Amino acid sequence: MNAINRNEQNAIARAVLEIDVNNHAGVMSHVVGLFSRRSYNVEGILCLPVGDGRQSRIWLLVNEDQRLAQMMKQVEKLEDVIAIRRHNADHAVFQDLETFFRP
Amino acid sequence: MTETLTGAQITVRLLERQGIRTVAGIPGGAILPIYDALGQSTAIHHVLARHEQGAGFMAQGMARATGLPAVCLASSGPGATNLLTAIADAKLDSIPLVAITGQVPKAMIGTDAFQEVDTYGLSIPITKHNFLVSSADELLEVIPRAFRIAASGRPGPVLIDIPKDVQTQAIEVSQWPEPGRTEPAPAADPALIEQAATMINSAERPILYLGGGVIHSGASAAAIELAEKASLPTVMTLMALGAMPVDHPLALGMLGMHAARYTNLALDECDLLIAVGARFDDRATGKVAAFCPQAKIIHIDIDPAELDKIKTAHIGITADIGEALGQLLPVVFQNSRKIWVDRSNALKAEFPFDLHSTDNPRSHFGLIQSVAACLDDDAIIATDVGQHQMWVAQAYPLRRPRQWLTSGGLGTMGFGVPAAIGAALAERQRTVVCFTGDGSIMMNIQELVTAAEENVNIKIVLMDNATLGLVHQQQTLFYGERLFASQFRSSPNFVKIAEGFGIAAVDLDTFDNPCATLREAISRPGPCLIHASIDAEQKVYPMVPPGAANRDMIGA
Repeated sequence: MNAINRNEQNAIARAVLEIDVNNHAGVMSHVVGLFSRRSYNVEGILCLPVGDGRQSRIWLLVNEDQRLAQMMKQVEKLEDVIAIRRHNADHAVFQDLETFFRP
Repeated sequence: MTETLTGAQITVRLLERQGIRTVAGIPGGAILPIYDALGQSTAIHHVLARHEQGAGFMAQGMARATGLPAVCLASSGPGATNLLTAIADAKLDSIPLVAITGQVPKAMIGTDAFQEVDTYGLSIPITKHNFLVSSADELLEVIPRAFRIAASGRPGPVLIDIPKDVQTQAIEVSQWPEPGRTEPAPAADPALIEQAATMINSAERPILYLGGGVIHSGASAAAIELAEKASLPTVMTLMALGAMPVDHPLALGMLGMHAARYTNLALDECDLLIAVGARFDDRATGKVAAFCPQAKIIHIDIDPAELDKIKTAHIGITADIGEALGQLLPVVFQNSRKIWVDRSNALKAEFPFDLHSTDNPRSHFGLIQSVAACLDDDAIIATDVGQHQMWVAQAYPLRRPRQWLTSGGLGTMGFGVPAAIGAALAERQRTVVCFTGDGSIMMNIQELVTAAEENVNIKIVLMDNATLGLVHQQQTLFYGERLFASQFRSSPNFVKIAEGFGIAAVDLDTFDNPCATLREAISRPGPCLIHASIDAEQKVYPMVPPGAANRDMIGA
């Protein structure tokens, strides 16, 4: 997380990415590595297995950026990524987590 | 029939089933079980490199010359880290490679064990995909899959990290998986092909822009057919050289930083750019905003992430190049496009490429032409990285896909000699020439002894100016002539070095008739180093200064 405060963060347009992946060690590294090598900060991450556990779903909260479309294409190319979907920042998944992130 | 086999034996058997007949590598503790099994294989010839990077580039040479995935092997820790540069190089040039590394036993992973390094983590950003194998059983799925991934879609390197205990684990194998093969790419959207054809048919000044994808797809003949049918002047990237013969009437040569003036000027005038298997690399485009400023763009690539990455395409088509061109050909009209072809020829005549003093074999271009005069199109031309590479790209008459092996994207000095060895191992019937420089050859010079050991038919033409030529050039032109760390104060005796490594060597400097000596050295089978001093003040011209528009070329 970078050092800007919550008000400033709220002023930045956000997007939520929903990524279905195969569930094994290293998949998260593949996904977030694509962001870190481009100095593209990931503001929030949630990940849990789905169904029988062979797949996981990764939720990423990221800043809107002109590079986002290219980022999504790069993520989609990963062998272990099954699908990627883009949502608006008001998506419910990160909404109820505030209580866990009080300073 | 059920057999009990170790992970190591399974690995070797799967490589055999995959059709692999030559691998390059260096053994070490953590990969010894695989080497033990490899030693029992009668089908696979192992080439013992002297540095793992050399092994990686030998595999690249095999893959680039044949188009098929090739294999390199290394042990854990330093063995694996030494491979990384060759793997990264394969990623940037989309070369199908399968790298197999040994790893410490599973129970010791993460303990900073002897020769342990996080090979999986290190290789994530430089591979198309990578695996850390956790059981012998998994190898049956992972190895064919690695070959499939390496060869399908946009090709690339795949790394398989195999812990030592997985190599020694014995399991029962009753059924073998099918070898991993190239999966066909989805077909081009016919509606988009139709639109592209309409755009080509109505264009007045179109240019066909061929990239390395044309070579990978085996689509050179289709690209030439399209160019001829619609009369499209054609430029090639560094990676695409050979896709269209340089002396084809429609060929405008290599575009970009070291293009002929007429090439970049023609691009400046075009009203439609048909980019095929090319990725708008910065060395090709120069300042992007000023690249083909009047042109609409059709972009065809097998990798959807390349579309709209640098330049927004008016029509973007995700497809295998050969398949897409196959659809496009019948719907593109025959058109002599006389005005534009005449204009393109006029630019060629007005701003020609200056191959000055080609008749002097002691000049850089003269030497390249003299080498070419000794060879036919069957020869493979490899290079290292630097001034010599650009001069060969500019001046060598490349006429055949896969004739040209060069490190484009990563620009790795040290690529040339081991890549040439790999090409010669894969294509025994061909003569392989490696143009190199005195800076580059030192970066993998240890592989000369591998060349001697394998008795490969490679001719290393060493253009020696006792400088890091491109650095020297940039310091001269853009850093106020403050030459620093670009001139070698001490130069080795390369002829003695080559002889010390056990290969023949000649010094053209000492012969009155260098052309005759050259011809004799090239026609003699086996490895040979041919040393030639060249003038350190020579520049690669023309040149687009870094960050400038392609039209603003300097020199020559």
